[in-house]
Amino acid sequence: MSAAASQKVAFRERTTRALRDSNLQQAMGKARGGFIEKRLEAMAALPEFDETRDAARDIKDHVLANLDGYLELYEQKVIENGGQVHWARTAEEACQIVADICREANAQVVTKGKSMVSEEMHLNSVLEAAGLKVVETDLGEYIVQLAGETPSHIIAPAVHKTREQITELFHEHHSKLGYTDRVTQREALVNEARSVLRGTFVTADVGITGANFLVAETGANIIVTNEGNGDLTSSLPRVHIVTAGIEKVIPSLDDLSVLLRVLARSATGQEMSAYTSLYSGPRQDTDSEGPEAYHVVLLDNGRSTMLGGDYRPMLRCIRCGACLNHCPVYSAIGGHAYGWVYSGPMGSVLTPLLNGFDDSVDLPNACTLNGRCKAVCPVRIPLSDLLLKHRLEQYRRRLTPLFGRFLVRAWAWVATRPRLYQGLMALPLWLMHRRGRRRGALEHIPFAGGWTDSRDFPTPAGRSFIRQWHSRKGKS
Amino acid sequence: MNSDKIKTSTQVGLFVTCLADLIRPQIGFAAVALLEHAGCTVRVPRNQTCCGQPALNSGDSVSTIAIAKTVIKTFAQDDYVIAPSGSCVDTICHKYPELFHNDALWAGRARALAAKTWELTSFLVEVMELQQVEATYDGVCSYHDSCSGLRELGIHDQPRQLLASVVGLELKEMNENNVCCGFGGLFSVKYPDISTRMVSNKCANIGHSGVDTLLGGDLGCLLNIAGRLRREGAPVRVFHVAEVLAGMTDGPAIGEGESGS
Repeated sequence: MSAAASQKVAFRERTTRALRDSNLQQAMGKARGGFIEKRLEAMAALPEFDETRDAARDIKDHVLANLDGYLELYEQKVIENGGQVHWARTAEEACQIVADICREANAQVVTKGKSMVSEEMHLNSVLEAAGLKVVETDLGEYIVQLAGETPSHIIAPAVHKTREQITELFHEHHSKLGYTDRVTQREALVNEARSVLRGTFVTADVGITGANFLVAETGANIIVTNEGNGDLTSSLPRVHIVTAGIEKVIPSLDDLSVLLRVLARSATGQEMSAYTSLYSGPRQDTDSEGPEAYHVVLLDNGRSTMLGGDYRPMLRCIRCGACLNHCPVYSAIGGHAYGWVYSGPMGSVLTPLLNGFDDSVDLPNACTLNGRCKAVCPVRIPLSDLLLKHRLEQYRRRLTPLFGRFLVRAWAWVATRPRLYQGLMALPLWLMHRRGRRRGALEHIPFAGGWTDSRDFPTPAGRSFIRQWHSRKGKS
Repeated sequence: MNSDKIKTSTQVGLFVTCLADLIRPQIGFAAVALLEHAGCTVRVPRNQTCCGQPALNSGDSVSTIAIAKTVIKTFAQDDYVIAPSGSCVDTICHKYPELFHNDALWAGRARALAAKTWELTSFLVEVMELQQVEATYDGVCSYHDSCSGLRELGIHDQPRQLLASVVGLELKEMNENNVCCGFGGLFSVKYPDISTRMVSNKCANIGHSGVDTLLGGDLGCLLNIAGRLRREGAPVRVFHVAEVLAGMTDGPAIGEGESGS
């Protein structure tokens, strides 16, 4: 309870800060709508989009029902291709495995493609503590790394930043490299980042990427990007390490084609991302280039527990970000307010499952249950229903404030006694009506300051419908 | 209208919902008038309060079950149950049956209630096949699609179809008409800052659309939006769609005073 209570303050503080942060509000305001429009256009161009979503859901459900078998098959194929699979129960174990591989490879510089699992592991800080230079190569990830921040969106890590902030950030970090002019235009910013990163790509010893999918029948990992940075990260260094959650495995390339059809459309409204790359292991004798060693680190970190419970549908998630893009709460407060790597609706479901409720008691509650997330999910995860399930669980475990629980229970007790309910409501209704009838609304209501601080409360009519109706009927 | 004399008319029970009952009774009278106009015989049971949504959304399944049982018993005798709210109907239709998944007897009763419960405008259009209403409203209106009604019940065209028959009324869609207004029941009290940001966005969209009236099918959203519009000093009138369809717009709109302010 005390941990939960202190987190409550923390969440509220983060929220308040976010709502007052004019840069954040400006950036989120600009982002609002863009992803949504593009997704609608992409949907309109694919009449069978909804059927494809059903097929995508069914593929993921089939995998989750047979996960052990597909993981073993995947591992076998990776080994046949000359790679290695490492199994990690926890984030710490996974970090240790990656750090050990880097040490054995005598690595000094590590490039990284965007990987939310590596964010979940807090991999960068572990590798930096081991003396490695770690460079994020996805533009958004690079920006947040320069800023000393974490991603605020699973596919658009720096969506919370304005272009002006990025200009200043680049100027601060790049002027010592000779880029002394402040660049402000989108293309010029991209070109400057590309130019700075090129040097790092060719000097890196180890490249770390995530995986959008792992294909069991071939042992391939798939990444989709729009920048090509993932390919340079995978192909140029001596060692390629893939970090992925165990739920990323899918049976076949045919399944991949179904999932790819819903992924980019849901994420950015593209038919396909600019790059869809399949990697099947280290350089073969006949290859002219590619990494000498290929490792896959498969992370559980609570996923196998989810597999056996009510929240299994959450493991279908393909990390497209559509639920974030469509969430009005996310749009209002940005990703950092959620307090962990996963934000928005998928984060509010997932974070309590992976981390427990101690640090996330607010997340399932800070939601209007408007259901837009559930409506757009490409694999049909009932996100808002799962958030409600979290609330039921919190209530059962008494994690929500005692006073609030008492009020709801007392109110429910009255609500099951209609005569008493009408009797108790009569006086406050009459009083509110008397006070507010001329103006039509009350500017302050005791105990509801949260509402009336920013809104009027429309004045009640003074006498309930039920009483009016039955007195009219009684007389007539 | 002497619809109660028509023996073959459709019998419905009106679940007025707690907010309409306590704050805006006119919505109840408007619902009755519309149902009778469509040829229904309306019963208004005295033993009704709330659908239990605040308890459910607070995670209190025990309280919700107690309330759900009251609602199920209250409306057991009716052929149809009609409520002027998508969100309460969603609770009855989709949440009640799940609440009783361990109780076959009550699960059956909950499913029976769910099967005969309708949101007002969708019932009028889909079941009663009402094509038009007899009402006049002089104004340019936008319609806010409330979340549960839109996404869980598919209510979108039905209110618009009926509004098209209101003489003098022009319907003009606003941007983001399907985005949550930030009410969310207790959400608006528990997280007022976030809620305020959301309802401010909604009010900005209403402002940009240039309409003089906002309509919707859920009083919770309308209280939230009207309350914020008033605080911002925006001269936009707010009515429940049933009030406009029933021609009950002569008095103050939601949040307007008797002095007409």
